[in-house]
Amino acid sequence: MDEAALLAEVTRFIYREARFQDDHDYDSWEALWTDDAIYWIPANGEGENPDEEMSIVYDNRSRIALRIRQLHTGKRHSQTPRSNLRRLVSNIEILAVDGEEIRVTCNALVFESNLRGETLWASRNEFLLRRQGDELKMALKKVILANNHTALYTLSFLI
Amino acid sequence: MLTTKWNNLIRPDHVHGSVYTDPAIFGEELEKIWYGGWVYVGHESEVPNPNDYILKSIGPQPVIMARDKDGAINLLLNRCTHRGNQVCLIEKGNTRTFTCPYHGWAFSSAGHLRGFPFPSGYDGVDKLSLGLGRVARVDSYKGFVFGCFAPEGPTLAEHLGAAAEAIDRLVRTSPEGEVQITAGFLKHRSKANWKFILENETDGYHPQFVHASIFSTAKSGIGDLYSSTSAALTRYLGNGHSENDLRPEFRRIGKPLGWFGTTPEKLPDYVSRMKAAYGAETAEKIMIEGTPHTMIFPNLFIAEIQMFVLQALAVDETVQHVTALQFKGAPDLNRRMRQQTMGSVGPAGFLLADDTEMYERNQRGVQSLAPEWLFLGRGRHRERLDADGFMTGDVTDEVPSRGMWSHYRQLMETA
Repeated sequence: MDEAALLAEVTRFIYREARFQDDHDYDSWEALWTDDAIYWIPANGEGENPDEEMSIVYDNRSRIALRIRQLHTGKRHSQTPRSNLRRLVSNIEILAVDGEEIRVTCNALVFESNLRGETLWASRNEFLLRRQGDELKMALKKVILANNHTALYTLSFLI
Repeated sequence: MLTTKWNNLIRPDHVHGSVYTDPAIFGEELEKIWYGGWVYVGHESEVPNPNDYILKSIGPQPVIMARDKDGAINLLLNRCTHRGNQVCLIEKGNTRTFTCPYHGWAFSSAGHLRGFPFPSGYDGVDKLSLGLGRVARVDSYKGFVFGCFAPEGPTLAEHLGAAAEAIDRLVRTSPEGEVQITAGFLKHRSKANWKFILENETDGYHPQFVHASIFSTAKSGIGDLYSSTSAALTRYLGNGHSENDLRPEFRRIGKPLGWFGTTPEKLPDYVSRMKAAYGAETAEKIMIEGTPHTMIFPNLFIAEIQMFVLQALAVDETVQHVTALQFKGAPDLNRRMRQQTMGSVGPAGFLLADDTEMYERNQRGVQSLAPEWLFLGRGRHRERLDADGFMTGDVTDEVPSRGMWSHYRQLMETA
């Protein structure tokens, strides 16, 4: 596949992931993950050593599933009512391609409106995408919030 | 006058909503509680070596916790004695001097002024009088460092009183008898008064409701600890401190490491180190009873597997700093502590996102004008003094809140 076609495919994937998140389409979002997935939101910087340091989120595949099940109960109070979300994703770049795996970076800006008020979340996102059959899946999504060294409001929607 | 004022704000089973919303009351709290008494600041293991420092806080005020070259811990204020510029801007590190970027004044890690550039301009000036401001009293208990801006008053031991036993119980979870704070903090901001958070820490009534979404999906046993049939207790420990004493329920169940949702088979290294350290019988008792669930007034919450430090910033703004407890000599236990803590707490935590949602709704709720009072009467008819003379209630009862408010009132009534 040529570079432009790959970038177009990756972009479509990332836009779709963003839409599932904005729309709280939890099951469609969960289906994007590989079985060995890691969903990672580091705290206090870029995230050097998630095994030793606290992260805001460091979910393996079963914990991603638990997060989704909790949201589905309707009693996840911080998402009942749900946050209204719109996000812009840009600066998508393919950093490396290794066989079936594609390493991607992009920027995201998420506007959240909820009971507390309005909050902006800015991040650099890193993806490790893997081709499985006809589809791309996420093996890693790392969300590096620009202000992750500061005290943050509750972040219980999918970012 | 003060007594009349507080009579109109705090009564035995009620508090007035304005204690959570009135900026003037928050100002008085800063003076009498945050800057008037002992407040938890940090842990010795966060500055293990000479000249290590870390930025901490007491309420809205930043504090540099610095170990000086002789190994003593100082709590220094981040304000140059020349023009008030901040002398420390990097969150942690190791340095022999804090040099003010504005005019180059340099202070030692003990806070003494070492020198200023172009000294001929300061002929006759006494450097000793120009050291950094400091928290007047610093003391620690088993590694936990507390500060008190007031030069006089109760000692730390007097302030901790019966709550010191929670720290005793906590450290013996380590086969080497030491807690270590090494995993870094999650910082969770909320638009809520700090006392809503403090009261919730030992409120055993809310978990079944606020946390139903995770108890049901994760098949957690935590909810049952806080049921009306649980043998667990609430207890007011004096000086504003309180606990949920889960030991009666854990003893009834009688499973080592049951408190941690695991079994000795899954943590064999830890179990053998505990037996070697304490003997089989004592180790088993420690592992059945688990770690404490204790709120040390006004800002240190030991929450079994993690520790919260509350930072009051404004009448309606509080930060919860939270990290996994780590125990010296217990690597397999520690790994699980970190994993469970990351799942539970912080801005995205399965538990704390929803607690914090409640704090913010509380804060908005009490802006409504009626009823003016919050009702704290749950379990009044069945509270009793235990053998040690502490007021005790069933685990869902509001004994801790009532005790905290009586202590708070005493502090606030002091002129």
